[in-house]
Amino acid sequence: MLEQPITVKIAGIKDEAKYIRTFFFDHHIDAKPGQFVMLWIPRVNQKPFGISYMQEGRFGITVCKVGSFTEKLFEKKPGDLVGIQGPYGRPFDTRGTNIALVAGGYGTAPLAFLFEKLNRMGKKVHLIIGARTKDLLTFQDRFPNAVFCTDDGSCGLKGFTTEALTSLIAREDIDMVYSCGPEIMMKSVLDICEKHGIDCQLSLERYIKCGFGVCGQCCVDPLGLCVCKEGPVFDKEVIQRISEFGRYHRDGTGRRVS
Amino acid sequence: MLRTDICGIRLDNPTILASGILGVTKASLANCIRNGAGAVTMKSISKEPRKGHNNPIIITFEAGMMNAVGYSNPGLLEAKKEFSDLHEVKGPVIASVIGTTPEEFAQMVRDFVTDDFAAVELPLSCPHTPGFGTLAGQGTPEATYDITKAAVKETKLPVFVKISPNTQSLGDVAKAAERAGAGAITCGNTLGPGMVIDIRTRQPILDFKVGGISGPALRPIAVRCVYDIYKSVKIPIIGVGGIQTGRDAIEMIMAGASAVGIGTGVYYRGPEVFRLICREMEEFMQQEGIRDIKEIIGAAHA
Repeated sequence: MLEQPITVKIAGIKDEAKYIRTFFFDHHIDAKPGQFVMLWIPRVNQKPFGISYMQEGRFGITVCKVGSFTEKLFEKKPGDLVGIQGPYGRPFDTRGTNIALVAGGYGTAPLAFLFEKLNRMGKKVHLIIGARTKDLLTFQDRFPNAVFCTDDGSCGLKGFTTEALTSLIAREDIDMVYSCGPEIMMKSVLDICEKHGIDCQLSLERYIKCGFGVCGQCCVDPLGLCVCKEGPVFDKEVIQRISEFGRYHRDGTGRRVS
Repeated sequence: MLRTDICGIRLDNPTILASGILGVTKASLANCIRNGAGAVTMKSISKEPRKGHNNPIIITFEAGMMNAVGYSNPGLLEAKKEFSDLHEVKGPVIASVIGTTPEEFAQMVRDFVTDDFAAVELPLSCPHTPGFGTLAGQGTPEATYDITKAAVKETKLPVFVKISPNTQSLGDVAKAAERAGAGAITCGNTLGPGMVIDIRTRQPILDFKVGGISGPALRPIAVRCVYDIYKSVKIPIIGVGGIQTGRDAIEMIMAGASAVGIGTGVYYRGPEVFRLICREMEEFMQQEGIRDIKEIIGAAHA
């Protein structure tokens, strides 16, 4: 496989929330939940996005409008050409029998794909989806049985996903947690899992450039592992040894930012 | 068997992480040492922070890799914090600094390169960053002499000068570096630049449009360059370009290299490439009855 974008037409666009859209591509990729693709807009940039939908011959990425690149992407119409490269990264496992998925903000994308896979495998899965506000909350129609919460109470329960996780653990014998979202949320998820002795996997976000483990931009301290290659999904035991987790990351120059 | 030294720096083996691959953080350098590298070179640091080029910055093609990263780095002040306490890396760390003038190179060496480092490398040969390397004329014999001379004055450490495989006057550039006091020649940088165009969008894929070529396409050229330089200078050479296997490393050493740089090899075989190459070198040496890697430096010239 060459590490080059393959140009494909946008097959469809779905509005998921005020600032969130899914872009579909009628293009086969062999991807597992938790993996990402690099999306290239010629003469603009190329950024990583978690795969949120996977069907026969079609996949989708769900994107939150957060900056100049995603603004350009939101100008695109069905039929427009963009580049897809990947999939990349280490996916989520499927271990556990009574499983909680904790999704925050645009971290919902890879967990949506994982949820469907775990369901197909016949596992008992509880999905918790949270966002700051309703304009950033997705998949209410796709997952009617999920627990939805917003920080401001504008949709679903008022409160944090971690509160929903704690009450879920109190009434269910959860043996595995998968989480993706803001690091401050995942830090709490890790704390809860440690307190209750539950295994977990978390998907980390870092500034990814090449996407395939060469440039070193997304390496985490002190292990020096590449998030794009050895992650983005890490086991609990590895996360516990990543000292920068919940504390800082690096920007596009390599400078540490909190 | 593989133990060697270059400019008095003791190396457990002759494999060195080349600058620009996995060298953004101290932790990733340490990871390369854990994976068997004999030494590591950090990603180059400039005076001011640089964002570098937009993505895509690195792609592969049928015969190798092409990159135009554009010297992204956090700048002198932040890099001083990142690359302190280098004993944690547990292996020799080679600094790499860039500048736009001989004075700026001198300042970078003075202000950045502490005694924690084993050596400092001056890449005068980047083919894809305006203001630096070959795009700024730093690869001529005259500029190489001036920059090397200015840098050597500022440090007691050996200065490695990284030159371009593109130039016709390879021997003259290497000699200029040697005359200016360089401790070793690193040969070389990426080739080209080259270009790959996406034919549906009709756009070059790299955001900078062109990029330096590395990997298998570069290897025979790099071997020839090292072979030529070996005849031109007396100082040691670090041979870099497309080395993926023990065979490739042995070949480069026979061409005249005292040590070998590994960059794109990390892509082909993962960070464990260092250990794999060393094992393959040892296997070959056992078969051939070579007891010491130093025996075969420049063997192809006999």
